[in-house]
Amino acid sequence: MHSPSQSGVVGKAFRTALPLTLPIAAGFLFLGCSYGLLMHAKGFAFLYPVCMAYFIFAGSMEFVTVNLLLSAFNPLAAFMLALMVNARHLFYGLSMLGKYKNMGWKKPYLIFAMCDESFAINSSAHIPDDVDRGWFMLFVNLLNRWYWIGGTALGWLVGGLLPFSTKGIEFVLTALFLVIFLDQWMGERRHLPAMVGVLASLACLIVLGPDRFMVPSLVLMLVLFIVLRPYLDDPRPKGDGSAGDAVKDTEDMEATS
Amino acid sequence: MTMTVLQSVLTIAVVSLGTILTRFLPFLLFPESKEPPRFIEYLGKVLPYAMTGLLVVYSLKDVSPMTGSHGIPELIAMAAIVALHAWKRNMLLSIAGGTILYMALVQMVFV
Repeated sequence: MHSPSQSGVVGKAFRTALPLTLPIAAGFLFLGCSYGLLMHAKGFAFLYPVCMAYFIFAGSMEFVTVNLLLSAFNPLAAFMLALMVNARHLFYGLSMLGKYKNMGWKKPYLIFAMCDESFAINSSAHIPDDVDRGWFMLFVNLLNRWYWIGGTALGWLVGGLLPFSTKGIEFVLTALFLVIFLDQWMGERRHLPAMVGVLASLACLIVLGPDRFMVPSLVLMLVLFIVLRPYLDDPRPKGDGSAGDAVKDTEDMEATS
Repeated sequence: MTMTVLQSVLTIAVVSLGTILTRFLPFLLFPESKEPPRFIEYLGKVLPYAMTGLLVVYSLKDVSPMTGSHGIPELIAMAAIVALHAWKRNMLLSIAGGTILYMALVQMVFV
């Protein structure tokens, strides 16, 4: 049953989420368009790019899959490649274990639709106290997902007909990630975790090149975080409820009481 | 196309499955009903910062400093974003400003 304020809660979450997704709308409409256009140029029917956008919903993997579809049939290799290209999702999941707690029916969708951009927003956004977190994150994922699917469909249908040059608009996603990075940087005293992310991936990119650096970066990051744990982990002895870490520890208090 | 329709549908299906698996695996390994190990909790606290850093690098992976415009438009636009964001700290303004500057640079200056 819907309480009278239910639609107010949903509407408020939507109005909070929408502006944050606008840069992604610009980026995804363009990138989705170029993907749809590519599929058209390679001779695939309309349903192919749209179904791939709908079911795979991982931009870089969809571009990779175009090549897979044009080479010899090898489902095992395709599966392994999907695991490797998308290995970063494992770290998104680990980061969101706490934030996705108690999300009920929304949780499977929040996990299924967690692309880079939705993760970046949901993991960093300071959601106001009077906005429902579950609905907020749901709308971020839902909007981003449909920008991408819409862009893909549009690209197949009308791509190449734009009257003005959009060259360079893909930079909007770099800008988005950089701004979220800066926000996190300015909001934290400790910069080591952020530096580990940048330096590990930059080092692997320089040594291994753009096509092979992702999985080694994740492994290197994990090793560095294991080594640095004594410096980075907050000491929090079990049973001491007076520690200052008040943000997410209500569960702990419930568990001990 | 070299594949039959069935083969291409299967290929898309296994790629989808692999992608879905990477997204769901952490939640299957550490369900809500169980307290995750302390080490996983620790990773959950430091990884969001590191992953944003990785995404910045990842989105720039195809910029080559040796050829073309040598990554100069990217550097200028990123410097502008840092300056704008330090000044106004307005997310949409920083993103729009940096992107429009970048588009102007690659369309008019570094053609």
